[in-house]
Amino acid sequence: MRNPLADKVVDIKPSGIRKFFDIASEMKDAISLGVGEPDFDTPWHIRDEGIYSLEQGRTIYTSNAGLKELRQEICNYLHRKQGVKYDPLHEVLITVGGSEAIDIGLRAMVNPGDEVLIPQPSFVSYEPCAILAGATPVIINLKEENEFRLTAEELEAAITDKTKLLVLPFPNNPTGAIMERKDLEAIAEVILKHDIFVMSDEIYSELTYTEKHVSIVELPGMRERTILINGFSKAYAMTGWRLGYACGPAEIIAQMTKIHQFAIMCAPSTSQYAAIEALKNGDEDVLEMRTAYNQRRRFLLNAFKEMGLSCFEPYGAFYVFPCIKEFGMSSDEFATRFLNEEKVAVVPGTAFGDCGEGYLRISYAYSLEHLKTAMSRLEKFVSRLRED
Amino acid sequence: MREELLKVIEKNSRIDTKELAVILGVEEVEVVNELAALEAEGIICGYHTLVNWEKTSEEKVTALIEVRVTPQRGQGFDSIAERIYNYPEVRSVYLISGGYDLMVILEGKSLREVSAFVSDKLSTLDTVLSTATHFILKKYKDQGTVISSKKQDEREMITP
Repeated sequence: MRNPLADKVVDIKPSGIRKFFDIASEMKDAISLGVGEPDFDTPWHIRDEGIYSLEQGRTIYTSNAGLKELRQEICNYLHRKQGVKYDPLHEVLITVGGSEAIDIGLRAMVNPGDEVLIPQPSFVSYEPCAILAGATPVIINLKEENEFRLTAEELEAAITDKTKLLVLPFPNNPTGAIMERKDLEAIAEVILKHDIFVMSDEIYSELTYTEKHVSIVELPGMRERTILINGFSKAYAMTGWRLGYACGPAEIIAQMTKIHQFAIMCAPSTSQYAAIEALKNGDEDVLEMRTAYNQRRRFLLNAFKEMGLSCFEPYGAFYVFPCIKEFGMSSDEFATRFLNEEKVAVVPGTAFGDCGEGYLRISYAYSLEHLKTAMSRLEKFVSRLRED
Repeated sequence: MREELLKVIEKNSRIDTKELAVILGVEEVEVVNELAALEAEGIICGYHTLVNWEKTSEEKVTALIEVRVTPQRGQGFDSIAERIYNYPEVRSVYLISGGYDLMVILEGKSLREVSAFVSDKLSTLDTVLSTATHFILKKYKDQGTVISSKKQDEREMITP
């Protein structure tokens, strides 16, 4: 029999998270700091709208781009939050999670040989999606000394004649880094100078703990060359509903809608009805969850300080990214030993790119009680390593 | 910080001031001073524990009593409310809009004890026109907390 598989797919290396997942899942008594999804339930009024839509028998396809009312609410929301206007009829596409938007956005925008700039450490999907789209991923290694923000110099240095698109993943998973207005202004200049496009993945936008989140589309000249990706998973604790969206120039959204139409048809209708309620009446819930995350963030940073573990202060998402270089072992080794010896699962920084070496991703999508238990185990582990 | 502090301790009054300071991002002395101020201003009225007595051997009956009263000249409902809330077995008294005036929540050891309170003490007050007593059969949620068993974390151990 001939080889049934496509080389392009086989050649993609499996997610670094997968391996760790398999070990951790085997361990029955282990606790975890490893999840990338909220611990909150979706607020009841949002779930109730989903249930109501099912009771009403709204179980049919929506239009390819998604319910008109939902697209309108998304535009209202973006205008309210970022002060940017989008046309709900031509500039918005409802997707199956932010993940689908990443995939089809790349497929709609790159030609074979085009280079896609991907700052790392970052979410695991950008690189494989860029490869599957036929592009050449070019990694920009972010540095702790810059609080893992992307600088204009780093961007400038990575740009070639072939550069088509920059992925901008802030607030960032796994580092928790954000880009403030001045940081964005600096890179916007470089983007304009070289006439490249931006895919701004702002799925964690609501989880920003300093001043409010700034989107690159707010800056002059950027809205026209940016695909803005966001969704409901993190802000409204709706991961399992699989609902996200992309906003951008009509020309790009039209091509993304074409792929979406043939590959997906439309995002789940139940989720779309629930999402309308989330945008209309969910601001209070978001605020409440953000306050809780912020308290946990402070708790973890204080715990690290007390055990003398070096960690820059992250202002976004729900992750902290402590440095473990002092122990002279790899992230993988540290995480494996921590799991085996103290029964706590964390994700090695290398799962998010080679430059995550020497760091761990610790999620605070957990109750304070849970974090307390985990931190006392980490403290025990760290002091044992220091004694050895 | 005041509102955030209140929201945290409303859910968990046992959290210590050091930890409060950490999660609120302020100095411990500020927390201590603010708590003292809140107590002095009567904003913090007490620190209680939510007990599910059904799981203990202690027998308890809770009743919710609707009371219609005649308000008194110059005092409205306040003095009749006071006459009722002074009984230690009365847990709560609320002035209510609608079909009746006061909602009284009463705790007793038995149905008989609650009935006796209603017929002997409550109904005999001059200003009380009528009462309707409802016995609570099961508490599902109290003080914002669901009483039934805790939910398990069903998330995968590790996700991207």
